[in-house]
Amino acid sequence: MSADQTVTIPSLEGVAEQPGSAKPDPMLTADGIVRRFGGLTAVDVDHLEIQRGIITALIGPNGAGKTTFFNLMTGFDTPDEGTWAFDGTAMGSLPAHKVARNGMVRTFQLTKALSRLTVIENMKLGAAGQVGENLFRGLVKPLWGKQEREIEERADALLERFKLAHMREEFAGTLSGGQRKLLEMARALMTDPSLIMLDEPMAGVNPALTQSLLGHVKSLRDEGRTVVFVEHDMDVVRDISDWVVVMAEGSIIAEGPHEAIGANKTVIDAYLGTSHDAPLDFGDTEGADA
Amino acid sequence: MDWGFILSETVNKFFGFQAAYFAIAAIGLNIHFGYTGLLNFGHAGFMAIGAYGMAISLNEGLPLIAAVPIGLLAATAFALILGVPTLRLRADYLAIVTIAASEIARILFRATEIGPFEARNYTGGSTGINGFSGPFKDLNPFDGPVDLWFVNFSAQDAWIVLVGWTIVLLSVLFVHLAMRSPWGRVLKAVREDEDAARALGKNAYSVKMQSLVLGGLFGALGGMVFVLGQSSVQPTPQDLGAPKTFFIWVAMILGGTGKLWGPVIGSMIFSALLQFTDLTLRGAQEEGWIPEWLMDGVQVGQTRFILLGLGLMLLMAFRPQGIFGDKRELALDVR
Ligand SMILES: Nc1ncnc2c1ncn2[C@@H]1O[C@H](COP(=O)(O)OP(=O)(O)OP(=O)(O)O)[C@@H](O)[C@H]1O
Ligand SMILES: [Mg+2]
Repeated sequence: MSADQTVTIPSLEGVAEQPGSAKPDPMLTADGIVRRFGGLTAVDVDHLEIQRGIITALIGPNGAGKTTFFNLMTGFDTPDEGTWAFDGTAMGSLPAHKVARNGMVRTFQLTKALSRLTVIENMKLGAAGQVGENLFRGLVKPLWGKQEREIEERADALLERFKLAHMREEFAGTLSGGQRKLLEMARALMTDPSLIMLDEPMAGVNPALTQSLLGHVKSLRDEGRTVVFVEHDMDVVRDISDWVVVMAEGSIIAEGPHEAIGANKTVIDAYLGTSHDAPLDFGDTEGADA
Repeated sequence: MDWGFILSETVNKFFGFQAAYFAIAAIGLNIHFGYTGLLNFGHAGFMAIGAYGMAISLNEGLPLIAAVPIGLLAATAFALILGVPTLRLRADYLAIVTIAASEIARILFRATEIGPFEARNYTGGSTGINGFSGPFKDLNPFDGPVDLWFVNFSAQDAWIVLVGWTIVLLSVLFVHLAMRSPWGRVLKAVREDEDAARALGKNAYSVKMQSLVLGGLFGALGGMVFVLGQSSVQPTPQDLGAPKTFFIWVAMILGGTGKLWGPVIGSMIFSALLQFTDLTLRGAQEEGWIPEWLMDGVQVGQTRFILLGLGLMLLMAFRPQGIFGDKRELALDVR
């Protein structure tokens, strides 16, 4: 997947704007996913298809089950019921690292910087298929030195892009909260994922940087990757998402382009409670609530 | 008090086989805890299994070249037994299991019989094994005492000192090569945050298992050098039980966890300190500087551990990162 590749972004015209609607070319398909924590059903997704090559926003009130759904899809948690397939492969009982190796890579809502590794080491760790990750080959540097240099070049390019180049040699533990978000996203990109799942990538990032981050997310799509991201900021959702999936109390309650979602009665109810009837503010009046 | 004698004995212990075997074992523990974050509180178990594996094989007439690999194989099996059920669970489970398993191993080595099996015929029961080191001594190239200007060793000691420090240097080289590699990077990533490593496609379970086995092998080697050096293997706590595990931890922390030379320097200092406090206290007592009501001869052995404990507390207060550690690193919040 190279950056110079010209990709046409798939159109979702004609796709039904309803929960569980079929997509022309789904990358991820989930069926009957249920996850219970004791008496609480955190996730209960009947059917969901994520279209390949576009940016899908997953939104929903706090506690809707978005993070849990991410965990389930990426092998960090096991559903009580349900099956799902990624790029045509059943994911069922695959452990998390194998899911990642298949090309579905996630970031965490609570960032996981590897504190006592430097920023550049964090980045290099991300690269897939490293020869030197075998103990015996690792002992012989000539076997992996060349690959390491290539990885390092790629890492440096990404650090530049994510405005972290000046922190290259610092311990990741010294980064600020926003910088950690950036590092985690850049590190995930080192794996060259085909589907990247970002859990609140913009949370805590300053507005100026958010703009450039949004640019990065869009460029991921333009490189042909599929992006799913969780976000609470409706401005962001409006700005970059091609499709919006709304979750509430574990289930998908609505799907559609953001224009349609903002006016959807079920969504408004889920966010604001049933006593409200004003349309949800998606920030269409620029800067009104910034 | 003969300060010259105390000093020369202290320097001797700084370079003696005691420091060497401590260093080898601490290098193993450093792979476990320092680089991978595995809480191994039963390192003496690895030492015991390596030591007994080798000693029993030698005693049964096998050559050294077979006895050492048998000890290493036994330690590998021990690591797998500990790792398989625990490494998928939270970190504390390994800690509990290693404490218990190392103690079980030692008690089995001490047992007269295990069920119908006359274990004593192989392990010597509570008396241990004493006459096994012949094949090792036969290889000794030194035929007289070795006297360098700062240390002197008997011919017998010189041989184990030479072998011990050779193993230390090779081990350090190995750890250096391993930890600068991408493999080492995965290890450290698992130490920092296992889930982050898994999210990037790294098999955390496998890498922890590799670390547990590898560190255990160094523990076993350390145990072998130890019992070859003292020509006897005893199933006592001081030799191969919880106190030994504790001392290896101290040596590693003293030098600096997760640092290449940390466990080596820490072991040298620890071994020298043990000797120095012992001789000084004894000397002071002979001089009559310490009144009888405060401490008698028997208590010297215990008092030096009290002093060491105090020293350790001071170290933690003023240099928590150890000798080689990086304070900056320690200050980072690690979860
Ligand atoms: N490990 C757990 N044990 C028990 N309950 C859990 C666990 N993880 C999540 N839950 C519950 O599941 C529900 C969904 O949580 P989840 O973290 O998926 O929400 P979310 O949509 O990501 O919310 P937010 O927007 O606040 O991040 C919540 O009610 C939460 O309390
Ligand atoms: Mg969440």
